[in-house]
Amino acid sequence: MEKDKFSVRDLDLYYGSNHALKKINLQIPERAVTALIGPSGCGKSSFLRCLNRMNDFIPGCSVSGKVELDGSDIYDANTDLINLRRRVGMVFQRPNPFPMSIFDNVAYGPRLHGDRDRNTLRDIVEESLRVSALWGEVRDILHTPALALSGGQQQRLCIARAVAVQPEVLLMDEPTSALDPMATARIEELVRELRTRYTVVIVTHNMQQAARISDTTDFFLSGEMVESGPTQQMFTSPRDKRTEDYITGRFG
Amino acid sequence: MANSLTGRKEFDESLLRIEQNLLKLGSLAEEAISGAIWALQKQDDALALKVIEGDDVLDDLTQEINEQALMMIARFQPVALDLRTISSILHMSTDLERIGDLGSGVAKVARKIFHEPLIKPLIDIPRMGERIREMVDGALKAFMNRDCALAREVCAMDDEVDDLDRQIFRELLMLMMQNPRNIEQATHLILISRNLERAGDHVTNLCEHIVYMTTGTFIKAGDFRRPHEGKNE
Repeated sequence: MEKDKFSVRDLDLYYGSNHALKKINLQIPERAVTALIGPSGCGKSSFLRCLNRMNDFIPGCSVSGKVELDGSDIYDANTDLINLRRRVGMVFQRPNPFPMSIFDNVAYGPRLHGDRDRNTLRDIVEESLRVSALWGEVRDILHTPALALSGGQQQRLCIARAVAVQPEVLLMDEPTSALDPMATARIEELVRELRTRYTVVIVTHNMQQAARISDTTDFFLSGEMVESGPTQQMFTSPRDKRTEDYITGRFG
Repeated sequence: MANSLTGRKEFDESLLRIEQNLLKLGSLAEEAISGAIWALQKQDDALALKVIEGDDVLDDLTQEINEQALMMIARFQPVALDLRTISSILHMSTDLERIGDLGSGVAKVARKIFHEPLIKPLIDIPRMGERIREMVDGALKAFMNRDCALAREVCAMDDEVDDLDRQIFRELLMLMMQNPRNIEQATHLILISRNLERAGDHVTNLCEHIVYMTTGTFIKAGDFRRPHEGKNE
């Protein structure tokens, strides 16, 4: 937890005239789980998408300020976006496997980045499925359609797909909101394990989930980052009244 | 989960119920102490027995509070102020139950000296009992009003209880030296004084929990009392 992976300075984001993120200053520690919490529309998902420039796809979206990944600004004109998104992977709210086999889903990224060798690909697929705690369940059905898996398995497959390109950071946008409690528990356990290798940033609406799995918690409200601190402190003695009111359900 | 409006309302209602139980436990503990002292002063065996038997009520109520608190944790998974409040209530119920136990302990010892005349008029022991009663009362007020300043004042009051305990000890020691026949009763009176002194310590624990609950910072009761001059033995 010594080093910061991301250092965000004076980040502003507009969707047209809507000022969605206001002067965000935030550090995201390396190899730790950072949870972003806040009511719907507070800007936490927008913020998450800034970390690998997914907002670039949204028409009318403009960003100013600095987002430094290992010290270099990802909004710099020379940033190689393909490389950025390889380094900073993303897992979405709904599992979204490609309509192809389990194997091809995981091999998709490495193939795109130029790995063609069958043995190498097989190793990458196995390793990625092991990391995402899915290998034991799918080792014998690698060539069946991914869409036949259960929701929880599909989400772990998406995590495997994200880790297959050996990212440094995993961004997760409410990765368990479409899953049942058992599948959620598996993913949460997995997130705890992933932090030994990756920097994980997770958006969640589930306060207890943030309390269970994260090391650091950042609270967003109306486009502002209200409070950032060690998770234990945020959930026992938050310093800001607004954090207190939100996490205890007094509003939101 | 507490973070929905309906959940919030239910949580607040449960909180009100558990707080009322804690206050009830507090007044029972207060009564146990004053009842025991009154029984001692008046050599009233029936009252002493009533205090001793009343201890079961305190135990049951403490158990009920603990169950309520666990249920609230399971149902609402409270965080922040809500979590600190529940955790403090759990601790405070234990302290109040112990204060009740000490009251009943005083009554038990008192019954042993009812058959003989007192070796001295009782002045300081009732005074100690009265201080403890005031302290418990202050702590319960501080709890209800989330009043940290009052909680700190109550901590400071324990100095007087400790002084009285020391004074009683010295005085009874003198009486024992004067006449060995005083030893048995004097030892019992010292035990009573010691029970009250420990009850005072439990009240300072209550105050620590109240400050933690309200502010999120741990304090030590000793920080609000005069500097230590060493233990009293």
